[in-house]
Amino acid sequence: MTIYAIIFYILAATIVLTTGLAITRRNLVHAVVYLVFSFFGTAMMFYLFGAPLLAVLEVIIYAGAIMILFLFIIMMVKAVPDEEKLFPMRQWVPVALMGLVYLVIGAVIISAAPGSQVTLTIALARPEAFSEYLFQRHWLAIEIISLLLLVALVGALYLGRKKDTS
Amino acid sequence: MIVPFGHVLILAGILFLMGIFCVVVRRNLIMMVLGVEIMLNGASIAFVAAALRWQHLEGQVFVLFILAVAAAEVSVGLALIIFAYRRTGSFDPAHYNLLK
Repeated sequence: MTIYAIIFYILAATIVLTTGLAITRRNLVHAVVYLVFSFFGTAMMFYLFGAPLLAVLEVIIYAGAIMILFLFIIMMVKAVPDEEKLFPMRQWVPVALMGLVYLVIGAVIISAAPGSQVTLTIALARPEAFSEYLFQRHWLAIEIISLLLLVALVGALYLGRKKDTS
Repeated sequence: MIVPFGHVLILAGILFLMGIFCVVVRRNLIMMVLGVEIMLNGASIAFVAAALRWQHLEGQVFVLFILAVAAAEVSVGLALIIFAYRRTGSFDPAHYNLLK
């Protein structure tokens, strides 16, 4: 077991633990902060898998922008008295059961599939090479994504405007 | 040498199932959108690991697009949630019964 494998398993355990804590919190702010920890772990895992640019983007966009947006929304609306009944039995038992079935079947399929035993080797995609590849092969998709972001901006502005009194 | 590819896929599957659990079980719209984020995150891990497995940059490019789409989805989704909250005063989807 190499040092990289140990790092991977520690990161995986941390990600699963913090995500599990996040989805079971009653307080929304706590959930968001736990999820920020989860995304930091994911960013380190991206770095381990040789994607330094994506690791930085994960921290900036996911842990930075998106989670802060969630925090803004949670703090913007007045604190609702939490009448949410956490985990009614009727809802979580079937989900957990079917999720367990899928997880077991998926693990069996993955372990039986040829090529899943291939160990990943250390490699590094330099940001220059990555960006060159991106803008040579996928320039049209980049333009479409930028248009999508513009449309999302306009849509969010339209939905969030104050109701006019006319 | 890091780990077998299958272990990364199992981690991604666990994260995806956690996201589904959050979306289905929680009765708060903000937590539901958070669950969608967890699902996208699990998919991203699988994509980056696949890019390393086949030594090809296509998977990493796809993760970049997932990031952009997640940002757009969250902004519009949260705006919709605020809109619904102003109309009904609740985050519980069971209270959205204006048609009744």
